[in-house]
Amino acid sequence: MALPYYVSPEQMMADKAEYAKKGIAKGRSIVAMEFTEGVLLVADNPSASLHKISEMYDRIAFSGAGKYNEFEMLRKAGIRHADLKGYTYSREDVTAKSLANAYSQSIGSLFSVEPKPLEVELLVVEVGQGEKPTEIYRISFDGSIIDERGVAVIGGKSEALITFLKSRWKAPTISLRDALKLSVEALETVTTQKLGPEVLEVAVLDRTKPGRTFRRIASAEARSLLNSP
Amino acid sequence: MPFHLDDHGSSFYDFLTTRGQDFPLQAPQIGSPVPASGMPAAAGLPAVPHGTTVLAIRFQGGVLMAGDRQATEGFQVSGRRIDKVFKTDSHSAVAIAGAAGPAVELARLFQIELEHYEKLEGDVLSYEGKANKLAQMVRGNLPMAFQGLVVIPLFGGYDLKRREGRIFKYDVTGGRYEETEYYATGSGGKDARDTMKQLYRRGLTEAQVLRIALEALYNAGEDDVGTGGPDLVRGIYPTVKMITETGVRDLEESQIAESYRTLIDERRERA
Repeated sequence: MALPYYVSPEQMMADKAEYAKKGIAKGRSIVAMEFTEGVLLVADNPSASLHKISEMYDRIAFSGAGKYNEFEMLRKAGIRHADLKGYTYSREDVTAKSLANAYSQSIGSLFSVEPKPLEVELLVVEVGQGEKPTEIYRISFDGSIIDERGVAVIGGKSEALITFLKSRWKAPTISLRDALKLSVEALETVTTQKLGPEVLEVAVLDRTKPGRTFRRIASAEARSLLNSP
Repeated sequence: MPFHLDDHGSSFYDFLTTRGQDFPLQAPQIGSPVPASGMPAAAGLPAVPHGTTVLAIRFQGGVLMAGDRQATEGFQVSGRRIDKVFKTDSHSAVAIAGAAGPAVELARLFQIELEHYEKLEGDVLSYEGKANKLAQMVRGNLPMAFQGLVVIPLFGGYDLKRREGRIFKYDVTGGRYEETEYYATGSGGKDARDTMKQLYRRGLTEAQVLRIALEALYNAGEDDVGTGGPDLVRGIYPTVKMITETGVRDLEESQIAESYRTLIDERRERA
């Protein structure tokens, strides 16, 4: 009878991390960027119906990179969490911080317990209003959580993209048009073809809107924004 | 707050009512099962505020929904400013009559239900779908109705597929019936319906439909003790919502006040 192999915990974690990273790097990237009126989210996504960016609550958006079924499950859990909290307490008590923490806990424990880690990277974005600043949380496959400022990238060649964006994005005083142009320019640096509005998924959290601030920007509107001088 | 990774479907109401015992919060009264024993009799129930008259009328561009502002507790007025017409999503609203507590809760839960579905599925429920879901929620309230806490909603909105306004009325068992012209419910519902029956015509304009709604509420306020009329002293007027292709719009209080002044002047001349 064969003896079970011994694998050290360090080795196991390193293997899992490598596996998850590979899975996430295979996908395409998503950019989040603060602009004057809110936060812009742009995904390189040729599908018009399978979304990578989604509304989570009044001022909160979600975005997932990696395996679709995995981040979709997390997205739904997040919406349930947010709606339940808003129903139990009040709409203003639903925060990106609490959501990001819940994600971090769930993903982190799945990473250590399950043989196969989740191949996902998430963004939870809350647009600021009044005194409250904009918050962007990036959650990794192992549950680690990073509080980003101004710009964030998940999925694909995210490291190259974030270096590019950090050198170009200065302050949240840029217009929606410029933010969209910059995001597309960034996404194009890691692909070989030009990205037209038909292969982009674009959405904003618009702080000037009352109530639900999430709004999808359709291809036609994205095209006119990209073409305007 | 628990984090649910398992699949509960796209309904927030089902999620609330089916989630396990691990959740420390009380499940809402709506849809909760009948207590096996020691059920308080209807007579033993303390007096609770009741909402009174709400109505919906179809017109050219969609649906008007309105309600008086009074809550009545037995023979007492328990509230003068309550709202009974709630926007539930971009193109629909619910008007409620009956026990105010569970009724307001039902409207709030229904609003979350529609938003929840929209976010999870990435699509808006069909108009028919919304009406059916509300029927299930009203049926879920049946045990409470037996204890005297009856909730009767009126569901109105603009059906973007059919491109017309639609009205649904309900009964306590969750029965769902479409109305093609107008309907009113609550203690003053009969009086409001009588007025609308006299004045309703096909293809009403927005100004005409507002006038009919205010007239119906005024008459209901005159003949039903539970329904409040316009309160000119405090400046409280009925809530009126117009639901058209462009969405749900609250009518300005000043506009309603102005219409009431005309109406009252006309009645004064008649008297």
